[in-house]
Amino acid sequence: MSSTPPAGELLSAPEGLLSIEALRVRFPGTNAPALEDVSLAVGRGECLGVVGESGAGKSLTFLAAFGLLPAGAEVSGRARLGTTELLGLTERALDRIRGRRVGLVFQDPMSSLTPHLTVGAQVAEVLRRHLGLGARAARTRAGELLERVRLGDAGRRMRQYPHELSGGMRQRVMIAIALACEPQLLIADEPTTALDVTLQAQLLALLAQIKREQHMALVLITHDFGAVAGLADRVAVMRAGRVIESGTAAQVFGAPRETYTRELLRAAGEPPGVPAAPSAPAGAAVLEVSDLEVRFAHGTGLLRRRLFTALESVSLELAGGQALGIVGESGCGKSTLTRAALRLVRARGGRVVWLGRDVSALAPRYLRHLRRDLQLIFQDPLASLDPHLTVERLVGEPLEIHLSALPPAERLARTRSMLERVGLEPALYGRRPHELSGGQCQRVGIARAMILAPRLLVCDEPLSALDVRAQRQIRLLLEELRGEQGTSLLFVSHDLALVRRLCERALVLYRGRMVELGPSAALFERPLHPYTRELIEAIALADPALQPARLAKVALGEPPAPLASPGGCAFRARCPHATAVCAEQRPPWVSAGPGRWVACHHFGQWADGML
Amino acid sequence: MFGYTLRRLLGIVPVLLILLTVSFFVVRLAPGGPFAAARALPARTRAELKRLYGLDRPLGVQYLDYLDALAHGNLGPSYSMRDDTVAQLIGAGLPVSATLGAAALALGVALGVALGVGAALNPGAVLDRLLTLFAALTLALPSFVTGPLLALAFGLWLHWLPVAGWRPDAPRYLILPAVTLALPLAASLARLMRASLLEVLQASYVRTARARGLGRARVLWHHALRPALVPVVGYLGPAATYLVTGSLVVETVFELPGTGRYLVQGAIDRDYTLVMGMVLVYGLLTLLANLAADLAHAWLDPRVRHEPL
Ligand code: SF4
Repeated sequence: MSSTPPAGELLSAPEGLLSIEALRVRFPGTNAPALEDVSLAVGRGECLGVVGESGAGKSLTFLAAFGLLPAGAEVSGRARLGTTELLGLTERALDRIRGRRVGLVFQDPMSSLTPHLTVGAQVAEVLRRHLGLGARAARTRAGELLERVRLGDAGRRMRQYPHELSGGMRQRVMIAIALACEPQLLIADEPTTALDVTLQAQLLALLAQIKREQHMALVLITHDFGAVAGLADRVAVMRAGRVIESGTAAQVFGAPRETYTRELLRAAGEPPGVPAAPSAPAGAAVLEVSDLEVRFAHGTGLLRRRLFTALESVSLELAGGQALGIVGESGCGKSTLTRAALRLVRARGGRVVWLGRDVSALAPRYLRHLRRDLQLIFQDPLASLDPHLTVERLVGEPLEIHLSALPPAERLARTRSMLERVGLEPALYGRRPHELSGGQCQRVGIARAMILAPRLLVCDEPLSALDVRAQRQIRLLLEELRGEQGTSLLFVSHDLALVRRLCERALVLYRGRMVELGPSAALFERPLHPYTRELIEAIALADPALQPARLAKVALGEPPAPLASPGGCAFRARCPHATAVCAEQRPPWVSAGPGRWVACHHFGQWADGML
Repeated sequence: MFGYTLRRLLGIVPVLLILLTVSFFVVRLAPGGPFAAARALPARTRAELKRLYGLDRPLGVQYLDYLDALAHGNLGPSYSMRDDTVAQLIGAGLPVSATLGAAALALGVALGVALGVGAALNPGAVLDRLLTLFAALTLALPSFVTGPLLALAFGLWLHWLPVAGWRPDAPRYLILPAVTLALPLAASLARLMRASLLEVLQASYVRTARARGLGRARVLWHHALRPALVPVVGYLGPAATYLVTGSLVVETVFELPGTGRYLVQGAIDRDYTLVMGMVLVYGLLTLLANLAADLAHAWLDPRVRHEPL
């Protein structure tokens, strides 16, 4: 099996629009080139998905082609747009292409918009520059463009600054700017990473629609096979600065040539089966939370202090050896819930019971020795580890703190065996966190948490900062450890598919309230709450035969802003089934079958036969 | 924004009060008194003078008296220059000092920003290296060295500018002092501006602006410059403090009839009221400069506008 595709294979694409040949990039002060012999082609009106893990050179390829690398980078090879050779073009000539014939959308809409210019000004600027529109005409057109990308309330948004918009809205603005001059090609670099599942689906659906209607070519750079499956006609897989495999979407997904591609696909597309971990007979409850309420103060000052309810009447129970997933979009209160349950934030009301002991009223110093049995691992593994300590010290530290009576030799032995257990090589024991990869850091985090054999492990989005393959490995590790030690798991994630694989039960939160609870398989197959259903529909399946059709059904617009008025169902502004009752009465939390609970007035009426 | 400005302005009052209180007691803690220098005075006359100015009364009473007079806009008489009140002295000197300070500030900012931008655009090029040299020189040499050097060059040798002195109708007299005062400021600002612009040019939104084909000039002026100015503006507070202390030296070197000499002379003569008057003026100026810097920051960065303070 050759590691590079035959040269020119991609150039046979009909009506080549962008063709990159033998592109090589080297940065000064490094020996190995960052890109080596990269060849890619995009035809008119088609979508090329470029996939690979971070650092594979996906973005670099396109930055290099359009002259956007930092000064000093050595670029060689060829890159043609239509008949124009791009490499070696002057900055001035490139400026007539960038933004005009090619639109670029980068990852991280948080930092990609200029902070001190209003959104409208930034859209209008491009129109004035490339199309020569006057101030007034540019503003009008900018408004239309923002509506085109379904930014709600475009007129008001135009006058706002980027920081006043949510991440999803900002990404819409980025897309509007990139589309302003009706480019032949749009390059979208991880356009949906770091967004919620529902927003991801909406943005991808929007891109698909625009591509179709404007007959625009699209390059979708991503590590997410699900996103590619929904949009791409052809796919290129990159690894370590090279294209290792390319072909039509059906070929790459259906019959991947390279082992690496197969591995990525397996990590992304594992059919959601029954949770792997054996459901141990439920032991006594390790965690019980009832009627939890948490409020945060908005702003400061005495007069303008407003309270924002982050969690409201949340109750749950987690039995020994069980796993419970907590799902919802960002801001739904899922992280607050875990923090309140661990007594890391103050609850305003409610009861928290750890291992049969009511801790709601205990002062923090009495909690310390109880914490040994309840461990937490975080989303960002690097930020949560002390940068000065070595891997071995980091993992051994909990023993020093909680089991100081243990002889040092015994401590070391336990540390070593834990390190081995989580699959960290002895060569890594002396390293410090910043010398580790994301996956390795997360292993250290897990080893640190598990070394005390806690009764409960709380994971807050532990996988979302990792590459697909690392995600899978860490997930498998968590499953195994759970099976061996009988630890209960409270697993927070916005990824319902992941929760389904890992947890027997799932709790769905929406704006601080519980909307549905049940066995995760059942929840998946027959969601009772409209919000749960929305979440499930938004999951991108890594299957090009199914995903485009699923994507076509996704709503394109921003979700409507939640209604401010109290009372009634919090979800009603977004709910397709809302009726008059929904506005008047808060839906009660009712039992809906074995182990299932839901808060929706109409759950029985619409849920049957919907999926 | 208006409410914020008002609140900050009101916030100046307590700070000034604390400043005045501390200075009031500290100047009196220093050994000696207002009339100690004039040795010729017989003890009886001195006691008489003390009584006249209320200096024989308990310290607390003197303090309250001072605050009471201040509340009525009376800064008190000067003990050392007995023909004038403190207010008259400040009224005479402040226009000179304020003009000097404003000119130095304008010059320092303009020169600093221009040099910094120029250096950042082509790091390592001639201008950038010149800046390094310029900064090293001006920051190493105190103004009582640069001042006379400049006077020597432009006054004595080239005869372009007056060496020292002051005439209200001739701005020429202000040029050398203002340049002397502005040079270190310009050097600090230029270095700040260079570093900050270099950092902003790496920012993701600058790359995005380039990716939109906006052109180098537009990206620089519309997207990069304003955020890059934030640290420069943040330095205006410390810069005001520098200008106040720096002007003391520069006014002495160039024999300007500004307020700087009052502060020095007042402190030497234990002229309590004069020192307090100067503390009030300079304190107020520094606080206002800091407020101006914060307002400018809010103008540069819309994100800080919404944070209630
Ligand atoms: S209660 Fe009404 S608005 Fe809320 S989810 Fe159910 S149907 Fe929709």
